[in-house]
Amino acid sequence: MPDKLLPTPAQTVGPFFSFGLCYEGDSQLVPPGSANAIRLHGVVYDGAGHPLPDALLEIRQADADGAIPVVAGSLHRDGHTFTGWGRCGTDPAGHYSFTTLLPGPVAAEAPRFFAVTVFARGLLDRLFTRCYLPQDAALHDSDEVLAALEPERRATLIAEQDGPSSLRFDVHLQGAGETVFLQFPRHADIA
Amino acid sequence: MTTKLSPAAPDASSQTTITAEIGAAHTAAAGHRGVLLDFAPYRSSLLRHPTKDLRHADPDGVELVAPVFGQGEVDPLEADLTIQRDGEPIGERMVVTGRVLDGDGRPVRRQLVEIWQANAAGRYVHKRDQHPAPIDPAFTGVGRCLTDDDGSYRFVTIKPGPYPWRNHRNAWRPAHIHFSLFGTDFTQRLVTQMYFPGDPLFALDPIYQAIPDQGDRDRLVATYDHDLSEHEWLLGYRWDIVLTGSHATWREDDQDA
Repeated sequence: MPDKLLPTPAQTVGPFFSFGLCYEGDSQLVPPGSANAIRLHGVVYDGAGHPLPDALLEIRQADADGAIPVVAGSLHRDGHTFTGWGRCGTDPAGHYSFTTLLPGPVAAEAPRFFAVTVFARGLLDRLFTRCYLPQDAALHDSDEVLAALEPERRATLIAEQDGPSSLRFDVHLQGAGETVFLQFPRHADIA
Repeated sequence: MTTKLSPAAPDASSQTTITAEIGAAHTAAAGHRGVLLDFAPYRSSLLRHPTKDLRHADPDGVELVAPVFGQGEVDPLEADLTIQRDGEPIGERMVVTGRVLDGDGRPVRRQLVEIWQANAAGRYVHKRDQHPAPIDPAFTGVGRCLTDDDGSYRFVTIKPGPYPWRNHRNAWRPAHIHFSLFGTDFTQRLVTQMYFPGDPLFALDPIYQAIPDQGDRDRLVATYDHDLSEHEWLLGYRWDIVLTGSHATWREDDQDA
């Protein structure tokens, strides 16, 4: 293996990312109204409890059968291919909303989750988190990340069922209820 | 909460105050590599950085697999920001190219690179940018391309101008191009900014200076490369980008990287 290269440092996405990053259909992993479509939505808050009108979320997920899609089509959605990736900027009220499918289990007894990346003006590097499903409560104790968290911190990683086909997942960058954010081993290499 | 320029809260701090804060923050962060999330001279970071340590997690399932973007999704013309509208954009025509590598030196192949930037006058096309500099009707400032088998990307564009913002009194951003990158793992996601060599605003800018190590900061600055410049046409800049290492296991066919 070659010597490690030092990673390029991150910088904030800034206030004007939407004209460069957002595009039509970016948050629609499936067309609205399709069978089994769900809404995954919420609000991104700062440490004063104010919603962020200039945040961006990306999600990555398995398909309904638990398979991880490795297919193109997230930029030009064809209405059929499920690519497992989406992007959504917050609106002036700090709200984001994805139209997608519930992910299936990737492995037996593994609780399902959406991998989530958070960007915002004022946030100097992206944050990773996970959005676990309330339907899998029985499996949460066995999850390595959730099991290590005290109950109130753990709750920040679990979506709330707020309608028959709607999950709510708020993100708190700071303050009471601060979302648990994740660091992966290769990130620690540079710290 | 409408403000005239960028939506940051107006701050009466002088540049002298901010520069002193930058110096103190660097001293306090000596030895830290990469960017800081909590960097008080950048006022907007105050309420937007997590206060608790990031939790260690082993990547699982979808986190080990980046999204895929196909040739059919990105038109090769999107890599030329000077031809997206009728007419010639105003400013200094340039090419920026380089390689996207992971931390182990492997090229990041066929992945999406997105850029966005201000025009030559320092104005974004975004409706909330109200810097009183001209909008260029021939320039949108948005580009996309896929890296090739060597991990290389290439954009033709116009050099962006510096612009004022409301972090503090008389705050100006150095000229920069925003870059968005994907690796082979979802956990390699990176958004950053590329700067231009010799910019006099570097020392004054709290976003660039949120990286406390000078060597790390230098790695955000492109190199002027005269061999990339084209006779009577454009100037050439080279900028390589390194993502964190992949968690995936090495395979035999990675070795020819």
